[in-house]
Amino acid sequence: MDKKLQPVVEQLEKELGCTVSETRGLVSLSVPAEKIVAACQQVKDLGFALLSAMTAVDYWPEENPRFHVIYQFTSVSGNMVLGLRVPLPGLNPSLPTISHIYRNANWRERELWDMFGIKFQGHPDLRRILMPADWEGHPLRKDYPLGYEEPQFTFNFDEINLRKPYAKE
Amino acid sequence: MPDVQEITVDDLKHLVSERAIQGETVLLNMGPQHPSTHGVLRLLLELDGEIVVSCIPDIGFLHTGIEKNMEAKTYQKAEVMTDRLDYLNTVGNILAYSLAVEKLVDLDVPPRAQVIRVILTELQRFSSHLVWLGTSALDLAAMSMFLYCFREREQILDILEMCSGQRMMTTYIRPGGLWRDVPVEFEAAVRDILKTFPRRIDEYEALLTRNPLMLDRTYGIGKLTAEECLNFGVTGPMLRASGVKWDLRKDRPYSGYEQYDFEVPTRSEGDVYARYLVRLEEMRQSLRIVGQALNKLPMGAVRSNNFKFVPPQRSEIGVSMEALIHHFKLWTEGFNAPRGFVYTAVESPRGELGVYLESNGGPKPYRIHWRTPSFDNLQSLPLMSRGVLVADLVAIIGSVDIVLGDVDR
Repeated sequence: MDKKLQPVVEQLEKELGCTVSETRGLVSLSVPAEKIVAACQQVKDLGFALLSAMTAVDYWPEENPRFHVIYQFTSVSGNMVLGLRVPLPGLNPSLPTISHIYRNANWRERELWDMFGIKFQGHPDLRRILMPADWEGHPLRKDYPLGYEEPQFTFNFDEINLRKPYAKE
Repeated sequence: MPDVQEITVDDLKHLVSERAIQGETVLLNMGPQHPSTHGVLRLLLELDGEIVVSCIPDIGFLHTGIEKNMEAKTYQKAEVMTDRLDYLNTVGNILAYSLAVEKLVDLDVPPRAQVIRVILTELQRFSSHLVWLGTSALDLAAMSMFLYCFREREQILDILEMCSGQRMMTTYIRPGGLWRDVPVEFEAAVRDILKTFPRRIDEYEALLTRNPLMLDRTYGIGKLTAEECLNFGVTGPMLRASGVKWDLRKDRPYSGYEQYDFEVPTRSEGDVYARYLVRLEEMRQSLRIVGQALNKLPMGAVRSNNFKFVPPQRSEIGVSMEALIHHFKLWTEGFNAPRGFVYTAVESPRGELGVYLESNGGPKPYRIHWRTPSFDNLQSLPLMSRGVLVADLVAIIGSVDIVLGDVDR
């Protein structure tokens, strides 16, 4: 582990009671869902000003935990990176929002809601962001099939149009 | 499905001010088909006369499900998907992906391949900045800039075509090295660029830098402070234009960037004009790196010899039994990456381009996430555009340098 990162990780470990793991040079802490706001505040106070990435992994068909939400922080002043992982159950996965601490978490959380169906409590504007507003399901879940939409040409336009869900004249 | 979310007008009312609901301000739709939104970006503008009260970006029109598609393909087949993300920085995308796979399976890269990677990514950075310069100057009504920039860009795309056979969708960098070695004409073509392009940048500067129209349209517009930038996850030239010296090539070097001598240009103003100056200086620095790399280009192999992950040379398949077996195994079932996850980030022309790659031990990426810089940079648009004129909003969108393929993935 990086010498500069050592005291930071030790402090977080002590105050939050989380477990530390290191794989291929990437240090990540496993944080329970109820402590994530405190953890993010702590991480920000320790100089990690940039929320680099925020994503999730679906371990379906495992149910508990089914999802891992991953936060990837960068410290510009100290030149360090740190990851947080939050395990979530498959039934009604939800997390408190951190968009008031890191402003760019706003769209990132909307993307996770859109793609994985993870709800963020307290989020100011939790709508779908990449998929259309009336889309059903959450595409990046592992139980969501990878399908395709049949292209509409002139010869089969009416046939496909009949099957489309929107209102027709 | 239980999670269908109904969207009604009431759900959207919190996005606009009270005055819009009472009818005092006007809601105007800008895009998705609008020449100065640089792609299919839709903005919902709340206007008080010519003044932008609030700006609500609506993205997703170019969403192609690249992450889901890559998860359904083996590691080699997923390579071609990367070019479709940020179509102005195709070499940088595949570099980020290759670095992630190399870290995951612990693969070595020969020194010659490293140097060629640097040359091509820097040329691609230059060409991406040329597209930005041309289109954002076009937004400010400097029509001729667009033509000059695209003339120069074509020269760089010719080099990419010379190496890979494709102008844009190159897939030239592969995990473990390159697809094949550069042709013999490569060095002369790059030298030609190194000779002519510095003068061309001087010409752009002569046209724009002290141009009163340009200064009027850009100086003091769309300001972001360093704290706001970091809070919004803004990286790349926008962050450096706000005074934060953060460049992944310098601070967290990859592909041997620590061996090159180059400056990281910064400005403190944080406005559209500062971003213009930073990007122009970055173009000069890119040429500097390319020159150094070309002078030290070593001879040798361009692909790793680890045939468990890298396909053998075509010529060897006819004479070597081992090569035939490796080739067959790699192209039928792929390779099994060990269990684990990595996060690698490279400096794209727009900022931090990160790849989160997770493997469950199989031949396909279990989860791949692209941290694309435009997605976060665009989030700061509502903050920057508060209280500006609609015409200035166009200049601000140009200065963010968004690529919608990068935003929507």
